[in-house]
Amino acid sequence: MKIIELKETITASNDRDAEVLRSELKEQKTLLVNLMASPGAGKTTLLERTIQDLGSKYRIAVMEADVDSDVDAKRIEMMGAKAVQAHTGGMCHMDAGMTRRALEELNAPESDLVVLENVGNLICPAEFDTGAGKNVMLLSVPEGDDKPLKYPLMFTTSDALLITKIDVLPYFDFDAEKCIERAKKLNPRIKVFLVSSKTGEGMEAWESWLSDAIDSWKQ
Amino acid sequence: MHEMGIILHLAKTLDETCEEQNLKGIGKVVLQVGEVSGIMTDYFEDCWNYFRTRHPRLETAELVIETIPAFTYCDHCGKTYPTVRFGRECPYCHSGETWLIRGNECIIKEIEVYD
Repeated sequence: MKIIELKETITASNDRDAEVLRSELKEQKTLLVNLMASPGAGKTTLLERTIQDLGSKYRIAVMEADVDSDVDAKRIEMMGAKAVQAHTGGMCHMDAGMTRRALEELNAPESDLVVLENVGNLICPAEFDTGAGKNVMLLSVPEGDDKPLKYPLMFTTSDALLITKIDVLPYFDFDAEKCIERAKKLNPRIKVFLVSSKTGEGMEAWESWLSDAIDSWKQ
Repeated sequence: MHEMGIILHLAKTLDETCEEQNLKGIGKVVLQVGEVSGIMTDYFEDCWNYFRTRHPRLETAELVIETIPAFTYCDHCGKTYPTVRFGRECPYCHSGETWLIRGNECIIKEIEVYD
């Protein structure tokens, strides 16, 4: 018997895989956006609307990561975008290896934008780098403005925060200003958008940020 | 579910190490786990003992977990305190301007191997 010192964090091998995947995607000029949120925050509805608005300008594909079922993938295909269902086999998050396999199935180089709709969960998706160029999180009004306090890592790793379902703001004690302040304290460079995928309010600002991100990824 | 996912990542790193160094098997894996890493060590051990019966190379690998205590630093008064006991608010000055300095890790410290 001999002892080998590894002194490596458990996510280190995933981090390396993710870095390789990211540089390949950069080469292919495909922006991968990792979309994270709780179950029911409105990820699929946001995507439906975004595909409807930007689908004529960009080639968009979606990877639906779910523990089971293909309900979300079917909804996306109805909007005319390419979709693939990536089952995580009971796992609570997507990692770089699973993302790579799903991308191969999609034939990613044909797309300007691939959105990975991660498993609905505010904890572990933030811990595992998928190789995405941008990390985007959703927080819906009914979930409450205290979420940055409870799930700080998710806010720290995200490039953009979309506060969704703002059409129901009058019915909830959701303090948007306080929520943004909490999020910015954790991550001063986070971009915040207030949107309602249902009424379309705020969608323009989000879509223009996303378009800029797609364009600059190609350079 | 979270613990099982972490075990898959751990197994991948161990497999890679075995292949790179041409090792026959692993006798022991020593992990350092932070008190506030979100990993439940009892449950993690149960998951490991289930997993290794299905992964021949790791079948003999006993898991040893060393706990790393969590400490938080207060930006306001400059003091450090144990996180698990006092939480987010500084027990000295009651400020909320505090940061976790250690206790969030999950590190593969060392492995005992057969060559």
